[in-house]
Amino acid sequence: MSTTIEALTAALGAESLEISEFRDNRRVVVPAEKLHEALRILKNAVGFDFLCDVAGIDYLGYEGATDRYCVIYSLTNTTTGERLFVKSFANDPDPELPSACDLWAGANWMEREVYDMYGVNFTGHPDLRRILLPDEFTSFPLRKDYPLRGYGERHNFPTVTRAES
Amino acid sequence: MPLEALAPIDEAEADREFLYTLNFGPQHPATHTTLRLILTLDGETIVKAVPDIGYLHSGFEKLGEDLDYNQYVTVVDRMNYISPVANECAWHHTVEKLLGIEITPRCKYIRTILAELARISDHLLCVGAAALDLGGLTAFLYAFNEREKVYNIIESASGQRFHPSYTRVGGLMNDITDDFVTQVRNFAKSFAKAHSDVVRLLNKNKIFIDRTKGVGVLSKADAINTSCSGPVARASGVVRDLRKDEPYLAYPDLQGAFKVVCATGGDCLSRYLVRMDEMLESAKIIAAAVENIPAGPVNVSLDSKLVIPDKTATYRSIEGLIQHFELFMWNRRFETPVNEVYGAQETANGELGFYVVADGSGKPFRCRTRPPSFIHFGIFPQIMEGHQISDVPAVLGSLNIIAAELDR
Repeated sequence: MSTTIEALTAALGAESLEISEFRDNRRVVVPAEKLHEALRILKNAVGFDFLCDVAGIDYLGYEGATDRYCVIYSLTNTTTGERLFVKSFANDPDPELPSACDLWAGANWMEREVYDMYGVNFTGHPDLRRILLPDEFTSFPLRKDYPLRGYGERHNFPTVTRAES
Repeated sequence: MPLEALAPIDEAEADREFLYTLNFGPQHPATHTTLRLILTLDGETIVKAVPDIGYLHSGFEKLGEDLDYNQYVTVVDRMNYISPVANECAWHHTVEKLLGIEITPRCKYIRTILAELARISDHLLCVGAAALDLGGLTAFLYAFNEREKVYNIIESASGQRFHPSYTRVGGLMNDITDDFVTQVRNFAKSFAKAHSDVVRLLNKNKIFIDRTKGVGVLSKADAINTSCSGPVARASGVVRDLRKDEPYLAYPDLQGAFKVVCATGGDCLSRYLVRMDEMLESAKIIAAAVENIPAGPVNVSLDSKLVIPDKTATYRSIEGLIQHFELFMWNRRFETPVNEVYGAQETANGELGFYVVADGSGKPFRCRTRPPSFIHFGIFPQIMEGHQISDVPAVLGSLNIIAAELDR
């Protein structure tokens, strides 16, 4: 168990990490400025070669939450089967986190989806565009302050006429 | 007047003048649902493929934040609609992990059987449709014949063929009948024959092999680096199957009944062969599981306060009635820990995971899906470069992109 945590604490210092466990999930909260280094160590030195998932969460109004946007990198070691969830927080007005695309090619689309849904900017991402929603969309719909029924963006989409197309 | 020297012609740039842009989809027979590719072509060779997705985006994850843990199963059904029961099992697996429920042995076996039936049904469609796109209609018909039997079985269990919504937190909608067991037994027996029909049609078919062998090659290192899972990763030599690595449901008891199927080619043919052999392994799991379904209740005890009581308990006992109201009144609902959990199962397409954040109320605060189709489609531009335009249907078919899961 602890070789992963030991390697992380040795490199980043114990005071910057916040480790918690629930059921069989082990989670590490890493400050945004150390996120990329932590992921690099986990990939290259500890052997978490498989980026399972990148999930965004908006903790607006969540009990006990101090930061708003959270991005979770779910890592898996394909040799040992060990899993680790690395969390990092970002806040308004400019939510920004370093991209993990240079470590795992699979991060590309998953980070684009987080950007699309939450507006978290991934610095160093090669192609940070909207992926599921149209480019003209102006909001980030999975944010908690976005209503279930939307702001009516669909009514304001530009339309292409036969002559222009 | 002095002549101005022209800017030197960049040869690479000059070559690009001849490139042709082709819009593939979103409505195209080979994309099966709505996904769009923007192909840059040099003659018929693909120089660059840019996928444009989102045509079927329906905000499933936003909807999930407004539905409770039992209601969301109806939406989960519609993600990978080729094998909906597997999605349901994965969703409630995660919820039960969050709530700390250990489901009954009988429920574990039934869910295992259903998940394996869903895997067979998914693989049959993938293989059949891949053959259809490459010009082989007969294999598609054989495959759909078997899928029909799977739908019959699911109908006899849940009353619904396509979107059964059969699982519930802590158990199932209702117990299975003897008819279900008979049908599953017959299916497990007869499946090998239908499987060999497809094998005889395709495995030595020169056209099929020519169009799939060496097409869309994904190396093992790339498969891991690009987060591929399931048959796509296993066809590239990644030995990873959650049924073996993190056994859940009844798989700890059934470890001897099946093997993990892998290949090393990483091309469309390997993906096809892996899927074909996985179906036989699934049939073995079903045959072993259906003979060993334990007796006992299918739902966890009512005392856990988390499971919907059956109708008899609701109408005939005060505890059942109270429990029913507790779960269905909007101001009551589930009591959940204020915490978050990730749970994943091996579905037909790969690792289907859910990251659920609970805030103590009846509805999930966030329910992130890890969609295998989305991740597999991300590798498409990379494995498509340098191939012919006629290889697009072959690669699309072998990756088994389900647009509803891709866009959610």
